[in-house]
Amino acid sequence: MRNTFADTFYEAGKHDRRLAVVVADISPAGSIAKFREDFPDRFINTGVAEQVMIGLAAGMAQRGMRPFAYTIATFTLFRPYEMIRDDLCYQNLPVTVVGIGGGVTYSTLGATHHAQEDIALACGLPNMAVIAPCDPLEAKAATLWCTTQTRGPVYLRLAKAGEPVLTETAAEPWEFGKLRTLQRGRDVAIIAYGPIMKMAMEVARNLEASGKSVSVFSCHTVKPLDRPGIEAALRDHAQVVVIEETAPNGALGMQVKAIAWEIRAGCRLDTFALDDAFHHVYGSHDELLAVHGLSASAILAGIA
Amino acid sequence: MIPNAFDVGQARRRCLDWRRRILEVSQQVTALHVAPAFSCIEMVDAIYFGLMRKDAAGALRDGFVMSKGHGVMAQYVVLEALGILERQDLDEYCTAKGRLGAHPDYGNPGIEASTGSLGHGLGLACGMAYADRIQGTDRMTYCILGDGEMQEGSIWEAIMMAPNLGLSNLVAFVDFNDFQGLGRTRETHPHFYPVAEKVESFGWEAIDLDGHDSAGVVDAVRNRKGGRPLMVVGRTVKGKGVSYMENVAIWHYRSPNKDEYVQALAELAAAAAEIPA
Ligand SMILES: Cc1ncc(C[n+]2csc(CCOP(=O)(O)OP(=O)(O)O)c2C)c(N)n1
Ligand SMILES: [Mg+2]
Repeated sequence: MRNTFADTFYEAGKHDRRLAVVVADISPAGSIAKFREDFPDRFINTGVAEQVMIGLAAGMAQRGMRPFAYTIATFTLFRPYEMIRDDLCYQNLPVTVVGIGGGVTYSTLGATHHAQEDIALACGLPNMAVIAPCDPLEAKAATLWCTTQTRGPVYLRLAKAGEPVLTETAAEPWEFGKLRTLQRGRDVAIIAYGPIMKMAMEVARNLEASGKSVSVFSCHTVKPLDRPGIEAALRDHAQVVVIEETAPNGALGMQVKAIAWEIRAGCRLDTFALDDAFHHVYGSHDELLAVHGLSASAILAGIA
Repeated sequence: MIPNAFDVGQARRRCLDWRRRILEVSQQVTALHVAPAFSCIEMVDAIYFGLMRKDAAGALRDGFVMSKGHGVMAQYVVLEALGILERQDLDEYCTAKGRLGAHPDYGNPGIEASTGSLGHGLGLACGMAYADRIQGTDRMTYCILGDGEMQEGSIWEAIMMAPNLGLSNLVAFVDFNDFQGLGRTRETHPHFYPVAEKVESFGWEAIDLDGHDSAGVVDAVRNRKGGRPLMVVGRTVKGKGVSYMENVAIWHYRSPNKDEYVQALAELAAAAAEIPA
């Protein structure tokens, strides 16, 4: 995902001189290193200094540029949160804040490196758009959109490297702000976003094996949320499951529950997210997710 | 001058042992911060074996905060040797059944602050030192910072604060290895220097020395003027002790492969043979 982002950004940046990258002492992946060599004026490294990373990006945007601020998700969003709020969101500037390793991707590095609450924090900011692609193909589409959009600040939540392609045969193309149908079924709807989509697909395969017809939706744009799309998913299925790798408070699951209440949805609705807790566990990403209750088997048991 | 009972030969032998043990652990995992640990090992050793005091029961009386949390392997191996951590803890490093992660986690034995996000430790250390001072506790707080970490604004807020609070019981060490995540620190921020003078101008005492000279570090701290917080700027080499790691950026976060591991052990053994008995 990181490399797809880098390649896509490089190609766009070659042709659009407003595009720039501001990093805070993070090795630029793949083509961003090439971007740095080819366009040194438009690559800035602030060092281990995230607040000025956001300040610079905001100031450059005020002069007509389209900067991307780029580092590990905790350091891109949490550390300079008020700069993002005041400089980017309050002033409504088209800056993309890229967070690498959203959720608990960096499992062995501990909670200082886990952007567990990033979705709720980013969604809480007025004007902020929040995009979390589920695979490299969605990352490419989302990055392209970010390079041309004029609506305002974006939090682009990426994973790290090596995520599998999941949307090659998707029923619909990626479109900003729109719930994306990856596959269409009749009985159960699974709504997910980000790399945990892989687990969502596994759940879908298992349900299908037991004779269910399953829809899978990528809610890649968590904000602004496609409310009509969510309403339709709630109305069209007898059972809806939301799966996300983020802390539960203020995340997608709660929003879907609120919508379900408002429209008096008759379906069964189960939501799965990380625990509202710091688990002091240092295994693999999958192991840490399982400790948070996120595994295909746990989800299947929970929705049975 | 206070006489120095710190045995230089023993310190060198210990530091080789710390490096050997870190390399051993590196073979259990795909990546760990070897070079950041190697660069601060002599300073960590000097703190634990030359500076920190023990109470009658043998427990450490002084505090330690690894602000550059990614260097914590240097602390883990010392805590293991002191019996504060168990061998099993390091054997289970970064596994789901263990309790040690790649960054320090408050609540684990010997770990006084959860760091890993840079720029937090000095503020915490100031708070600890201040509480000790007003509660009349005779305790020193030692804190290790990275030179890249010094770029965080929060570090300078803490630097500004410490003298206001009269923290003569605080000693911070900068692991001044001239490297950070993305290359040379001097290339990232060429106008950042000199560091010792800057810190002094904020009301600290500051000393610039060789950060791999354990005895020199112990002497300098013991013989400080005092009455103010002290910053020791320890000039170091990132990856110190293994030739192919020294000043090579990729070793910031990487485990040596089998061949590299064998070569590293051979270099440490050769260095050990040179220490006078
Ligand atoms: C707030 C924050 N930003 C970024 C990082 C990612 N990071 C980890 S280590 C490192 C470089 C640190 O350099 P330095 O402080 O000089 O440490 P050393 O050279 O001893 O490894 C960076 C940027 C982090 N851990 N915390
Ligand atoms: Mg350094």
